[in-house]
Amino acid sequence: MASVTPLHRVPPTEPPALHARAMDNLRFIRDTMEAAGAFTAVSGWGMVAVGVIATVAATIASAQHSVLRSIYVWMAAAVLAPCVMLWAIVRKARRAHVPLLSGPGRKFVLSFSPPMFVGALLTVVLYRAGLVGAIPGMWLLLYGTAVVAGGAFSVRIVPVMGICFMLAGTLAIFTPTSWNDWIMAIGFGGLHIAFGVSIAVRHGG
Amino acid sequence: MTTSARADALDRLIHERLRLGIVSALAVNDSLSFSDLKKLMKTTDGNLSVHARKLEEAEYITCTKSFEGRMPKTEYRLTASGRRALERYLDHMEALIRATRER
Repeated sequence: MASVTPLHRVPPTEPPALHARAMDNLRFIRDTMEAAGAFTAVSGWGMVAVGVIATVAATIASAQHSVLRSIYVWMAAAVLAPCVMLWAIVRKARRAHVPLLSGPGRKFVLSFSPPMFVGALLTVVLYRAGLVGAIPGMWLLLYGTAVVAGGAFSVRIVPVMGICFMLAGTLAIFTPTSWNDWIMAIGFGGLHIAFGVSIAVRHGG
Repeated sequence: MTTSARADALDRLIHERLRLGIVSALAVNDSLSFSDLKKLMKTTDGNLSVHARKLEEAEYITCTKSFEGRMPKTEYRLTASGRRALERYLDHMEALIRATRER
């Protein structure tokens, strides 16, 4: 039987250098930590606190005699709530020994911010146009959009929460403005508390 | 087994990719469920179970089994010795890189 000669001789490959493997291992550890960090990027207890603030705001807003005054109450809550949330996220990140703006954290901020910025701009536009009744629905819709976009890099429960906010926003747009405070209470209050508890229990605080 | 020999054996324990991944993921989380780890490591149930068991036997991680409603839930946490092992491993890798650069 004739011997078989390979067309191309494959040169024996040298095993990768020790330092290259060490670099690769360190890269793997960092990548894994960053990917796993998605589990800690959002603070569940921070969300519960935001939900409580929103519930209090809804109670105060519903006691106001004009839509404009209740919008002011919600605006005050919209300033306080992100501060509380940021504090909770920083606290959680420190406890887990992860940098705040590591891979997933940075992606979350970059995806979450644009819809929030648009929401702030549209608030001014609708306010000037005298369409204050449309503001709560728009807030819920764009907050939901921001959470869905940011949550694409987090655990599945986060984008699911975003979709719930978008549904609440849709409901607010197509219902009488007198329902706004209740829908806002269910959205910013109820959804934050329910999903916050779930995230806190299942994803380490 | 001498202390240094045991240290070598422990290093080898987390040198394996999946086990290194489990320990690294748990280092940045209070706890992770079996399904979270499986998704993160992109591995099978059987593979994850085997490697997690090895880490558990070495007392690098702890495993808690409970029920969420009717669904069984397995949660893993990194122990203090697991965290120390990861830190030792990181030091070891960094020392290797430094040694090569200084050469």
